[in-house]
Amino acid sequence: MKKIIYGKAFVLGNNIDTDQIIPAEHLVYSLTDEDEAKKYGHFALSGVPVSQSGLPKGSIPFIDDDEYKSIFNIIIGGTNFGCGSSREHAPFALQKAGVQAIIAESYARIFYRNSVDGGFLVPYESTEKLIDKIKTGDLLEIDLENNSLKNITENLLYNLKPLGDVLPIIQEGGLFKYARKTGMII
Amino acid sequence: MGMTITEKILARSAEKKTVKPGENIWLNVDVLMTHDICGPPTIAIWKNEFGENAKIWDKSKLVIFPDHYIFTANKHANRNVDILRQFAKDYQIENYYDVGTDRYKGVCHIALAEEGYNVPGTVLFGTDSHTCTSGAFGMFATGVGNTDAAFILGTGKIWEKVPESIKFIFNGKLPEYLTAKDLMLQILGDITTDGATYRAMEFDGETVFALSMEERMTLTNMAIESGGMNGIIAADEVTIDYVKQRTDKSFQIFNSDVDAEYHSKYEYDVETIEPLIAKPHSPDNRDTVQNVSGTNLTKCYIGSCTGGKITDFRFAAKFLFGEEVKVPTFIVPASTETANQLETETISGISLKEIFEKSGCEIAQSSCAACLGGPDDTIGRAVDKDVVISTTNRNFPGRMGSKKSEVYLASPLTVAASAIKGVITDPRDFL
Ligand code: SF4
Repeated sequence: MKKIIYGKAFVLGNNIDTDQIIPAEHLVYSLTDEDEAKKYGHFALSGVPVSQSGLPKGSIPFIDDDEYKSIFNIIIGGTNFGCGSSREHAPFALQKAGVQAIIAESYARIFYRNSVDGGFLVPYESTEKLIDKIKTGDLLEIDLENNSLKNITENLLYNLKPLGDVLPIIQEGGLFKYARKTGMII
Repeated sequence: MGMTITEKILARSAEKKTVKPGENIWLNVDVLMTHDICGPPTIAIWKNEFGENAKIWDKSKLVIFPDHYIFTANKHANRNVDILRQFAKDYQIENYYDVGTDRYKGVCHIALAEEGYNVPGTVLFGTDSHTCTSGAFGMFATGVGNTDAAFILGTGKIWEKVPESIKFIFNGKLPEYLTAKDLMLQILGDITTDGATYRAMEFDGETVFALSMEERMTLTNMAIESGGMNGIIAADEVTIDYVKQRTDKSFQIFNSDVDAEYHSKYEYDVETIEPLIAKPHSPDNRDTVQNVSGTNLTKCYIGSCTGGKITDFRFAAKFLFGEEVKVPTFIVPASTETANQLETETISGISLKEIFEKSGCEIAQSSCAACLGGPDDTIGRAVDKDVVISTTNRNFPGRMGSKKSEVYLASPLTVAASAIKGVITDPRDFL
């Protein structure tokens, strides 16, 4: 596992559901065929209403029209991030777009599990509401050893909730790697 | 200290005497269900992780229903079904219900019940968030993603955090203008879309046990709309009856202890609840139907695992009998068994199907259809600035198709009444 995740923030509101993360009509593409899988990156967060995309001002595209990767690699979210369907395509799409971590006030259970067990990204919980403190485009640094977040742009430091029971799975990079490491499967 | 029904079932599955909320445990899975959207990537992960000689832990416990993107010309969607078909053939999966054959069943959660896979006391995982529906049978059922499902497919095991439970008690006789959907919208408005995250939602009270299995499934189905890990209703005579008609499997019935501990309890007198509706764009954006009555509509939709069961169509037919709809109205039976029942059940000698046809509704084949938008050619899909009233479970932006559309969620009674008037209408106007 990395010790530091560094990059630009993309700020979203509360209740970002899986239809906003990856609209259902795109779920037909293969996740294993590389050319097709790229499309998940392209369509990541394309269901977010324009006014809510990239707070505080909104109207910021997460990904430019012809791109498959975003310039933003850390998502800041509010409560109940990833609610809705069980589609693992959601954290997959965010990973494809280049997202390495999400910091949200809380998560929907399946999205959280998928992020951890699939080894797609690190889902941190914040200890306070950050969506009105961090702006889209701010430079951030997450310290995974000390569970802290630094807003380099504003020179402010925040604590994050420790990853707890799922830390070993995140450290190994997903459920299968963890199960191999611990001898559950060969 | 006593245990809740959820804790008892999880303890049995984990081969432990007791379990406590917050504890991470490894469960032995009784049934794994998947469908055409999440099945193919699950299979891909399983093959990738366990190698070309990967073995399914127990074929008799794997159930596959193509149901989401079924009747479409979309080639990628059809490729997903082809992958499932090939997989079922290669691995001789008996519990595969192929589309285009008389084995086709329709929406997975309803088919699981009808085909006898829902058995009290067992643990069922599915690659679909509404897998919680099966909890209506006094069992633990919840949704997982592809990686977790692939892990189960190879090992029969999965980790889970034991949830705290919230108890919802409904008392009184359900008035004829209310359905289970109204009860669920009541809860959603009270606890919001994350009020039950990582928790079990246990439904109790005389009103609940007076409901049919189909109506009970409407309650557990929408547990996920509050973030619930599972919804659960203890099995009673009604459950046993339903299950015994569909399977010979033996089962064990669990009940919560009187001294079990709950995170919180909510108690309702159903006679004081009004017909309810969830306004755009969230299932917890609750209001009374009365408050929004008169809102213009462009589409009505009666379908899905939430609102496309036979009981939902009985409610709708009661109002649509001898009436005409003013806006395009879609009838989408959740399962092929439901579709057959529409032909055999009658009111005053006229089949439900005929009642719907005569009133100008369009009847679709069983599948998820426009509940989740789907490919462009999906029947009933919301287009442009459609204003839809629907018996489905989610109204997030773009959920039923167009991002510009607005979706109201309500009971089949409210949707039928609204279809006749062309505007949102209180079902009490028809009683
Ligand atoms: S009917 Fe709707 S909610 Fe039910 S399984 Fe299908 S898409 Fe999901």
